[in-house]
Amino acid sequence: MKQQQDEQVQKAHPPYKIIGTPRPKVDAYSKVTGRALYADDIMLPRMLYGRLVRSPHPHARILSIDTHKALELPGVIAIITGEDLPQKYGILPSSQDEYALAIDKVRYVGDPVVAIAALDPDILDEAAKLIHVEYEVLPALMSIDEALAHPEVKINDEARIGNIHKAVSYEFGEVEAGFAEADYIREDWFYYEGNNHAPIEEHACVANWEPNPSDPVGGKLTLWSSTQTPHYVHRELSKVLGIPQSHIRVIAPNVGGGFGGKSDPFSHEICAAELSRRTGRPVKITCTREEVFLIHRGRHPVKMWIKTGVKRDGTLTAMHFRSFLDGGAYGSYGIATTYYTGALQTVTYKLPAYKFEGMRLFTNKPPCGPKRGHGTTQPRYAVEVHMDKIAHDLGMDPVEFRRHNLIEPYTRTVNGLRITSCALSECLDQVVEHSGWKAFRLAKQSGTSDQRTDHADAKSNQTTKRGLGLAASSYICGAGKPIYWNDLPHSAVQIRLDRGGGVTVYCGSTDIGQGSTSILAYIVAEELGIQPEQIHMETADTSLTPVDLGSYSSRVTFMAGNAAIAAARKLKDQLFSVAAEQLHTPVEQLESAGGMIFDTNDPGNTLPFVKAVQLAEARYGALVAAGSYAPPEGIHGDYKGAGVGPSPAYSYSACVAQVAVDVETGEVAVEKLWMAHDVGQSINPLLVAGQVEGGAYMGYGEALMEQQIFRKGRHKIPSLLDYKLATTFDTPEIETILVEVPDREGPFGGKEAGQGPLNPVIPAIANAVYDAIGVRIDEVPITADKVLGALKARGQAKGAGQPPTVKPVEIPSLWPTRLIKWQPEEIELARSNGNGQHADMRVPAKGEKS
Amino acid sequence: MRELITLRVNGERREVAVLPHHTLLEVLREDLGLTGTKHGCELGECGACTVLIDGVPMLSCLTLPVEVQEAEITTIEGLEQNGKLHPLQETFAELGAAQCGYCTPGILLSGAALLQANPRPSREQIKEALAGNLCRCTGYTKIYEAVEAAAERMQGGAS
Repeated sequence: MKQQQDEQVQKAHPPYKIIGTPRPKVDAYSKVTGRALYADDIMLPRMLYGRLVRSPHPHARILSIDTHKALELPGVIAIITGEDLPQKYGILPSSQDEYALAIDKVRYVGDPVVAIAALDPDILDEAAKLIHVEYEVLPALMSIDEALAHPEVKINDEARIGNIHKAVSYEFGEVEAGFAEADYIREDWFYYEGNNHAPIEEHACVANWEPNPSDPVGGKLTLWSSTQTPHYVHRELSKVLGIPQSHIRVIAPNVGGGFGGKSDPFSHEICAAELSRRTGRPVKITCTREEVFLIHRGRHPVKMWIKTGVKRDGTLTAMHFRSFLDGGAYGSYGIATTYYTGALQTVTYKLPAYKFEGMRLFTNKPPCGPKRGHGTTQPRYAVEVHMDKIAHDLGMDPVEFRRHNLIEPYTRTVNGLRITSCALSECLDQVVEHSGWKAFRLAKQSGTSDQRTDHADAKSNQTTKRGLGLAASSYICGAGKPIYWNDLPHSAVQIRLDRGGGVTVYCGSTDIGQGSTSILAYIVAEELGIQPEQIHMETADTSLTPVDLGSYSSRVTFMAGNAAIAAARKLKDQLFSVAAEQLHTPVEQLESAGGMIFDTNDPGNTLPFVKAVQLAEARYGALVAAGSYAPPEGIHGDYKGAGVGPSPAYSYSACVAQVAVDVETGEVAVEKLWMAHDVGQSINPLLVAGQVEGGAYMGYGEALMEQQIFRKGRHKIPSLLDYKLATTFDTPEIETILVEVPDREGPFGGKEAGQGPLNPVIPAIANAVYDAIGVRIDEVPITADKVLGALKARGQAKGAGQPPTVKPVEIPSLWPTRLIKWQPEEIELARSNGNGQHADMRVPAKGEKS
Repeated sequence: MRELITLRVNGERREVAVLPHHTLLEVLREDLGLTGTKHGCELGECGACTVLIDGVPMLSCLTLPVEVQEAEITTIEGLEQNGKLHPLQETFAELGAAQCGYCTPGILLSGAALLQANPRPSREQIKEALAGNLCRCTGYTKIYEAVEAAAERMQGGAS
């Protein structure tokens, strides 16, 4: 089976030996044998255990903190409070609003207040009970509407007006003229409830301060942490602890899933480090599952309003989109999230005019942040359901309506984003064909039963209605701009060749299960003509590895991959130059594969890789090369805020969902998901399919079961028993189709797969529910009670149509920020002036000399 | 007060002084250094801490060591025998069934118990056997495929 797959792929991609072939991850065997070490598996001599004591109130003033009794408990070694760490921090330079431990005020149930270090976890339990914090309880705002209605209750001083953390307003193209041109205009409200990443590994870290009296700084700190972004943790630790970055080493060991939830610098990391510094002993803090729900940084709840104009033939003329984000108590990535709810609407379908107004509000809930699809999942859901409604209103097939408006490859969007490769059309073809979309619709329209409904048993036939739904989407292959402004590389890779034939690859990239470490090994192996297993990988260690910004925004394959190619080609040039002499062959005729460098005109004329390394080391000295990557210039507009949305490339996905809805119980079962994903070129198709399937699974859970609900200011279900994660019984069958149209700038043509495929799943399921039962539930998750409620409401409306399911937000009469108007022509001018000269910069294809 | 007990773990007799209220999960990880057994909730919800007690999958976070003194305990470290991987370990690696790898030890042990009891499980039977093990990465598809491939391999079928 595996061999067959191998052969097929080899035939499809004759130039590659490693790229495009299914093979085990480089860390697969350490993971299946229990050898792989995760942060909580690290135990050091004399190690202490730490814990955070958190606020029981959603909003309160801290009047006093008494730690004396706890400190007297035998086995308690150190206790710190907010006064000990008074430096604010935050992942974004523009949202420095967090303290490691609360000072003056707590803003959500779970806000950390005190940190304790003790000899063992049992003593921590006792000590936590002896901490006495006196609070003055303040009114708590628990929703978007409450936050807007009560500006007098100020949650976070970062908000300039009331509780509005950030408001943005943009107009691209001529929106008014666009609507005037339309034959039909539709408006809808949607609500996306938000959810938690719920990685199975709870956040954990071990900090170790090693004192050095001869060093003016006093010593060096090492932190092992389950983080997706060691580089950013490195920076924030330095800031809060007042220790130079040169004296801090952050290492991400194996990370047990992240999905965006391990992308912020966290209180427990800073507190473990400070407790270690104070005690001179290693300190470990491991969060409980409840704490994972409380520290959150999950998907923002977003209310959305969309108005779209369309011509009779289905051509989109204009869109006006408003988003209201429930940010929780702190900034986190929220400003970026706010922009992301609006920036990518133009990347899937051609929009000649687009207006976007977004607003993020502070509430007394755990802070929201980035989750797989960061800020684009909610609008993608809303837009794709809205599109489905318009298609229905126009009497068009939803596929044809979408196809009519698809973005075209190598174009610009109305908000200035550069589009490169795009195979969305092929993705649509694939899911339509594989799902039997046309036959199902024909059967439905003619009232005959599609054969798949016949498989249902007699009982379910009476109450079960089946439907198919479709959606399309796009996602960035890495953020075009770093989180803090700089003109440094986004990713760098260093390779060292050893005279014994060893190859060591160093990169700051962080494998959170998606396989980024393996991807680098495959790429270097392909370039050097060796096996990936021959390579030793060193990743995610701020002292050993050159900076990679982190595992967020689906950036690693594209950016670190290109950096790895650049580094490997430098070494390859050195190896080939000595090989050419040794083999008496021109360099242009050389190739490397299977551990040999050979003459392509005379394949018997070979030089072993090890021998080439020795000859090259004799000629050039130590063989070390570095490559780096930064996204090209000229991929976005020149307006303020244009930095969120641009990416060196976009991936595209399409999904068809088949659902069965029981109209008596309201239960929705997803029977199958067909996923097609435009990945450019698979580096390893097995891993790409794994990402698509994982995204489909996670999207399924978000669509139907994962709830982020609060009661009396508290998270109502902070456990894996009550918070529903899809099990093997729930998860639908997933059929994955990889569409491979290489991107000109991607590594070997590759694009992202980690996040994009989640996005179309939620609207595809929502559209399928409508197809099945004829009512819309314009909010997710689509739970049984909402289905029954909508069916009942339609029944009561007696043919007057279904009443809306989402209560509109009361929109401020004046949007609280200045409107920025921008015309796409401006970028064309900039390009002709030469400012866009790097827009076509690309990594040469294999075999092509740069 | 700690109590000295003897556990049989992966075929080895281990004397260990345990606090009677500590779970088998804590004793395996903290006292015996067997960190291959993972935890994701400590409350019996996620399945990450699954070990085999006399061949039966059990949640070590809900098991007290004193209860299993007479039993044969198998953790992920014991699935590999004399340097040879269990077929499930091979197929999980080859077919991409382990992504972040954190739920993997628990799933492998649940899967091994299934194949022991039922060498040719159907897809539905695999789902049932693994229903108590949450995986957040894979969407389970590659896990099913790996269990099926291992079953085939154990039957001496083509791989």
